[in-house]
Amino acid sequence: MHLKYESTLREPLVDGVKDYHQVTEDIISPIEAKPGKLWYIGLFISILLLLFGVFSVFWEVYFGTGVWNLNKTIGWGWDITNFVWWVGIGHAGTLISAILLLFRQGWRTGVNRAAEAMTIFAVMCAGQFPIWHMGRVWMAFFVLPYPNTRGPLWVNFNSPLLWDVFAISTYFTVSLLFWYSGLLPDFATVRDRAKTKLRKMLYGVASFGWTGSTKHWQRHESLSLVLAGLSTPLVLSVHTIVSFDFATSVIPGWHTTIFPPYFVAGAIFSGFAMVQTLLIITRKILGLEDYITLGHIEAMNKVIVLTGSIVGVAYLTELFMAWYSGVQYEFDTFYKFRAAGPLGWSYWIMMTCNVISPQVFWFRKMRRNIMVTFIMSIIVNIGMWFERFVIICTSLYRDYLPSSWSYYRPSWPEVGFYLGTFGLFFTCYFLFAKYFPVIAVAEIKSILKTSGKNFKDKMDVYEEQSVEKFAHDNTAHH
Amino acid sequence: MAVKKFVVGSFDDEAVLFPAVKKVRQAGYKIHDVYTPFPVHGLDHAMGLRETSLHTAGFIYAITGTTTALSFMSWVFTTDWPMNIGGKPHFPLPAFIPITFELTVLFSAVGMVMTFMYLCQMAPFVKKHIFHPRQTDDLFVMAIEVSEKTNAEEVKGFLSSVGAKEINEQTAEAGWWLGRFDREDKVFA
Repeated sequence: MHLKYESTLREPLVDGVKDYHQVTEDIISPIEAKPGKLWYIGLFISILLLLFGVFSVFWEVYFGTGVWNLNKTIGWGWDITNFVWWVGIGHAGTLISAILLLFRQGWRTGVNRAAEAMTIFAVMCAGQFPIWHMGRVWMAFFVLPYPNTRGPLWVNFNSPLLWDVFAISTYFTVSLLFWYSGLLPDFATVRDRAKTKLRKMLYGVASFGWTGSTKHWQRHESLSLVLAGLSTPLVLSVHTIVSFDFATSVIPGWHTTIFPPYFVAGAIFSGFAMVQTLLIITRKILGLEDYITLGHIEAMNKVIVLTGSIVGVAYLTELFMAWYSGVQYEFDTFYKFRAAGPLGWSYWIMMTCNVISPQVFWFRKMRRNIMVTFIMSIIVNIGMWFERFVIICTSLYRDYLPSSWSYYRPSWPEVGFYLGTFGLFFTCYFLFAKYFPVIAVAEIKSILKTSGKNFKDKMDVYEEQSVEKFAHDNTAHH
Repeated sequence: MAVKKFVVGSFDDEAVLFPAVKKVRQAGYKIHDVYTPFPVHGLDHAMGLRETSLHTAGFIYAITGTTTALSFMSWVFTTDWPMNIGGKPHFPLPAFIPITFELTVLFSAVGMVMTFMYLCQMAPFVKKHIFHPRQTDDLFVMAIEVSEKTNAEEVKGFLSSVGAKEINEQTAEAGWWLGRFDREDKVFA
């Protein structure tokens, strides 16, 4: 009988021969080097998109929300679709940084920093849509409950739309604090090895004077753990509340109790797809294959197939309930106007992308194939966008009054606004990838000796020993 | 705080650091601090530091948030401006839950981070003495405070006997000051 240091299923989380200094070197040196040509091109395209978005929003504010192809029947279109889509994408970052921390999943250390950054940028993009949808955007502050000269007339605390204001702003604040508190030690690392004055100054300011004192680490650990504990129910609450925007109304197709879990699963599903899209490119360009390994990609693909299947079950449950409830309106919405009818094509895109195609990840070979993963991540993101489009538009375009039935296609400012948020997102991401440590350096160091490849290999010596000898050697001194 | 004299020893392995901390404490030297590039579990206990109460503070901030949200919304809807919204009750507790929860989390997170920054004395433009530039890279740096009564040479010898690699003497400000890391500041105590 042979000893096993740990399960043979546990792959190393850090490949290659590494010591602490090498970890710093690998992750920090891209910050110190000049960015490549691709980076400039990417940033340039992102800024162009952002500017186009700014122009589209300007157009909308100047001429009013009438420039969007919304009408009396379809009051929510691309705008709210994009809002829900972006918020959903954010959820994977919090899942990785908070829920996987509580579950003690070591593999989160390789991907959490970039995923959290993605969360913050995605929530920034999401927030734009409800704000600019207000039309008279200079009155956006009316959503805040402040003492005013209108009575004071307060906001309606019973409204899910107001809950959303609180949920999204809390989510953004807490994610930002969590992310930045994790960045402090890594900024200090960049600062202490900086060769140029400017870098030393900037990262010195950004690191808030972090020294690495044991007491500070102790508090930092406590802070991270509690923030993770807070973020876990928070992330579930955010998409639950987003789903309340729909579920508390009386529109057939929206008025269901299945919405909260179904939305949360969908959010994590689309978020992980976006993490894959970003990290597959990031690891390649920054040469971080040793830290974001095939094992990490496989683990995320497992989450994708799980949450994708939950979403699939939710779609089927909706169809079943539409029939089983015996409500004519529900039945018509699902069977005549969603799965069929003028917008039926969007339903089948959603079904194909979200339910059928992720099933390839039942196969280990597919889960570990970078090209397949990358293509799948794009397909899932398209599918999840269509899910929100289907939920919003196919419920609205056939309402209770057949004379007001309508069709919906976006106008150019709606499309431009959406492209603009891509610009915002990728501008932020490109700057992040260049100037921030994209992997949590300190966290990688803390798992290096238990999960690094060269340290795991050293366990061979023990594993070859007989059980009796190992027990004798290790209990003799006590 | 004050400018003090330190004997500084750097270790390159946490496995050597732990027994060293124990021996230094047994020998009666005063460890000013140990600086590590990542959280070394158990080091706080080895140094005899007490548990942090940060999470308790977090709990207090959380219940403050809960109370603020619940009492404010109840006051608005029952006392200040009772509104008839579709004939619904003026005190719809279930409808208050989402905002109450969000404020609980918000107060707790913001409060804890601010407390953390206050306790660790961290803020933009705050500068502290860095004993070794590699303490945020791959070295575990122990700073021992020495007074006129302590023999610095003896401390150095002791540190080398417990496995420290680089040993030197430094005179430094023990607290923080406002400054930039790209400048060598003259610190006045």
